[in-house]
Amino acid sequence: MIRGREAEPVRPVRPGRPGPPGDGYGGPAPLLVYAAATALTCAALAGTLWHGLHEPGNALAFATLIAIGEIARWGAAPGEREPAPLGAAGALAYALLGECQGEPTTHGVLQVIAVVVVCALAGAVPQLARGQYHALDHVVRRVLSVTFAAVCFQPLYNSGELGQWARGASYALFLVVLLVLTALCDALLSALILRTRTGFPYGPLLRDELRALLGIGSAVCATGTVIALAVAVAGLWALPVFCVPLLLTQLSFRRYEGVRATYRQTIVSLARSTEIAGYTPSGHACRVAALSRAVGREMGLTGKELTVLEYAALMHDIGQLSLVDPVPHGATVLLPAARQRRIALLGGAVVRQTGVPAEVAVVVERQADPYREQPLPARIVRAVNAYDDLAGGGGGAGGAPGALERLRLDAGRDYQPEVVESLARVLGRGGPGEPSPPALAGPGTPDPAGTPFPAGTPFPAGTPFPAGTPSPAGKPGREPAATDAGRAAPPGERSRTGPGTLPGTAPETPVRPGSPGAAPPGEPQGPVAPHPE
Amino acid sequence: MRSVPATAHAYILCAVLCAAACALPLPRQDIPVDWSAVCLLAALYALCELPAHCRYLGKALPISAGSFFPVLLTAAFLLPCAATPLIAVPGALVGRVERRPAGVRRIWRAAQLSLATWSASRTHVLLGGERTLSDPGGPGFPHALLPAAAGAVAFCLVLTLLEAGILATAERLPPHTAWRGLLLRSLVPHLTHGLAGLMMAVLWTSPYGPVSALFVLLPMYISCWLFGQYHRERTAHQATIRALVQAVDLKDRYTRGHSERVGRASVLIARELGWDERRVEVIRFAGILHDVGKLGVPTRVLRKDGPLTPEERRVIQLHPEYGHEIVRGIGFLGDARAAILYHHERMDGTGYPSGLAGDRIPEFARVVAVADAFDAMTSTRSYSRARPVPVALAELERCAGAQFDPAMVEALVSALERHGWESEVTADEATAAPTGEAPAKDVRGIPSQPVRVADRTPGGAG
Repeated sequence: MIRGREAEPVRPVRPGRPGPPGDGYGGPAPLLVYAAATALTCAALAGTLWHGLHEPGNALAFATLIAIGEIARWGAAPGEREPAPLGAAGALAYALLGECQGEPTTHGVLQVIAVVVVCALAGAVPQLARGQYHALDHVVRRVLSVTFAAVCFQPLYNSGELGQWARGASYALFLVVLLVLTALCDALLSALILRTRTGFPYGPLLRDELRALLGIGSAVCATGTVIALAVAVAGLWALPVFCVPLLLTQLSFRRYEGVRATYRQTIVSLARSTEIAGYTPSGHACRVAALSRAVGREMGLTGKELTVLEYAALMHDIGQLSLVDPVPHGATVLLPAARQRRIALLGGAVVRQTGVPAEVAVVVERQADPYREQPLPARIVRAVNAYDDLAGGGGGAGGAPGALERLRLDAGRDYQPEVVESLARVLGRGGPGEPSPPALAGPGTPDPAGTPFPAGTPFPAGTPFPAGTPSPAGKPGREPAATDAGRAAPPGERSRTGPGTLPGTAPETPVRPGSPGAAPPGEPQGPVAPHPE
Repeated sequence: MRSVPATAHAYILCAVLCAAACALPLPRQDIPVDWSAVCLLAALYALCELPAHCRYLGKALPISAGSFFPVLLTAAFLLPCAATPLIAVPGALVGRVERRPAGVRRIWRAAQLSLATWSASRTHVLLGGERTLSDPGGPGFPHALLPAAAGAVAFCLVLTLLEAGILATAERLPPHTAWRGLLLRSLVPHLTHGLAGLMMAVLWTSPYGPVSALFVLLPMYISCWLFGQYHRERTAHQATIRALVQAVDLKDRYTRGHSERVGRASVLIARELGWDERRVEVIRFAGILHDVGKLGVPTRVLRKDGPLTPEERRVIQLHPEYGHEIVRGIGFLGDARAAILYHHERMDGTGYPSGLAGDRIPEFARVVAVADAFDAMTSTRSYSRARPVPVALAELERCAGAQFDPAMVEALVSALERHGWESEVTADEATAAPTGEAPAKDVRGIPSQPVRVADRTPGGAG
């Protein structure tokens, strides 16, 4: 819980990923976490049934709040860190509830856990029904962190100890400190889950999680405290009133995420324009971006650095748009260095016109420089680009051994050895994404990012759909599929897919069949078009 | 920078005097004023406004005006009416002012906020809100909601009325329309601020004290911060869309400025047809991006000076499909994608890529087709010189029915009668200063982020 995404979507598990939730990469840690959560849940439910419900009114009111808060999760983007801030705040507030309108309460730890589990599970049912088991990760984290808060607070309060040494303002401060500790625990826990899911180093993941605490996480903490205090003063009426600011925060957050996703889609479109123009092989930009991102993570980059790296990797070939004739197969790695640098500078000029941070343009401009003069993201993009060019896009699960060997040979001269080794490790794990890519594209998998065109559709040459079939609304028949692909598979999503199964860049784009541009690249330049280089 | 008109000066003076009059009963001894609360709240508000004032901090923590209205509303609910005008003064005086003259604006803001806070307090008291909060045995919670909401509404009304007044006097906008727009936009945010203010007031008077009230501000602040981030991303996104268009210009120099103008003409037609704002926005993007598929056409063919061979013509005719393929992943474009795919269809079914006829061509595409043809005729191309607007319109009308949708042509004709067309100016700007000036011009072509009305100069002279 206590989550907000400051910069980067980290997807614990790809939606639609089949299989039980505990089988991630990297050992028994998630099993332990899941086992602990399950044991707690059973104990809480049994204990609550045995002792009966204390203050059922309170329990019902908070349960309603948490359940409503959890409903918000349905509309969440797949990578959202805290898809249900209201549910989180409500659960924390219930864990920290001491008085209700001046009357002391007696519900204990077990009842808190029971209420939260039931509501969180109810909120996760629609996702689970669609096979999105990553929803369980959220439930587990919520259960464990609420348990932490409740165990720290309820026994102290119920025994009357707390009332003796914390009154008034110090009581409020105590609640805040407790929630901050809870948030830290939750960050540790969720970084652990991510680590076991993705195999990336723990430190950077934790740094990402902690950074996210500053965003919506702090709003959740504050609201949890405020609700607990306000119910103590004003009774249950405070619940609906005091949720409004957090709802506002959530709406702002969603809107922000929405525009970020759109922005990303536009950048991907810009990046793919070189593919459609026939300058680079289909899917190259997205493959390089996904792989660069994974290598960047492997090397400990976080947050904004990863975004810069990803945008730069997406647009690294954009300079080729200025060329009159495409480079053979778009493989700039085979060109002379001076020409590579020239293309890089042209690309930087285009990138500067987009709204991306200036660092991205620097990375693009300097991608062809000797690696010792480059910033780290440029070194990564350079190595990954070379790998993809050499592997010809057919890297496969284990990577293309020949291409990797060649990079290793040139490491130290053209490429930074650490980058190449990180790349090798990422490829050794099966590519940029999940360790089980075959399952992702398996038949029958409900794949929201499925290829919108059946493979082999001769896209640009053929009529997109039979003449006269568009609906009167002006929405061509194929549009929904395309829309889904665009929404369900933002580029970040691609980082979970193996090379070659990139949604939206699938091999449905045979570049310009029969057009002069697809003519042999060695073709001499015509006199009419002055080469801009 | 312009000077402030005398009427505005007089108006501001009136507001200041009114605010002072509201605080007039304060020196009387019979009003119990909790001066420590007054100082705390005023200091809190000033403290909240301060980061925005500091140049370096203000950049890291972008906050828009109004993030901290809950503090003012808390004061309105907690303090006696006469003390409430004081709360906003220090904060307004140190707060950020976006445009000069700063002094007058700061004084104006102080007076405006003071009056609004006072009226919120007055309304709250009139509805009996005082008892609900301060009496320990008072009527309690559900009853506190109505006075608080009424107070927030009063705050909003007074704030927007005063704002509309200053717009009318200083910027000479029609006050009625200015006020209605402001009110509609700010009512819901102010109600939320009212609830947050009520929460703060409840916690402030509770045993947990003012410290606990501060926690309420955090979610509000984060919302405002996210709002700023949202606008930053939006701006960046628009720049990226422009970059897509400019990437086309890299390849096809003759089309420079064409995309923007087609976007503009499409919007003219759509407005004339009475489309709602959301669809107008989409058609604007459709117009701007309609030729993005030219990225897929070989530069050599695009730049060819002589007549095209049939094969080259066929390649160029693929550009709607390339364009559709490029923007396929951009979800928000929606129907604009259909417009990009079908903007070369003809009403008689002889167009490309699919040979759709009549109503089967999506409406968006029919609009863009007319706008595209119009701009192609009125601007200079490699193969022809620019034609005057009336000649182009006559040509469009001649082809209406066979090539273009007559309704769209008619809409364009009547829209141009009303608004005129400034193709030449834009084209010159674009060719004279391709990199430096283009973004400035594009601000009009691509929807910019909503500007606060108060900051807008009449006639778009910014």
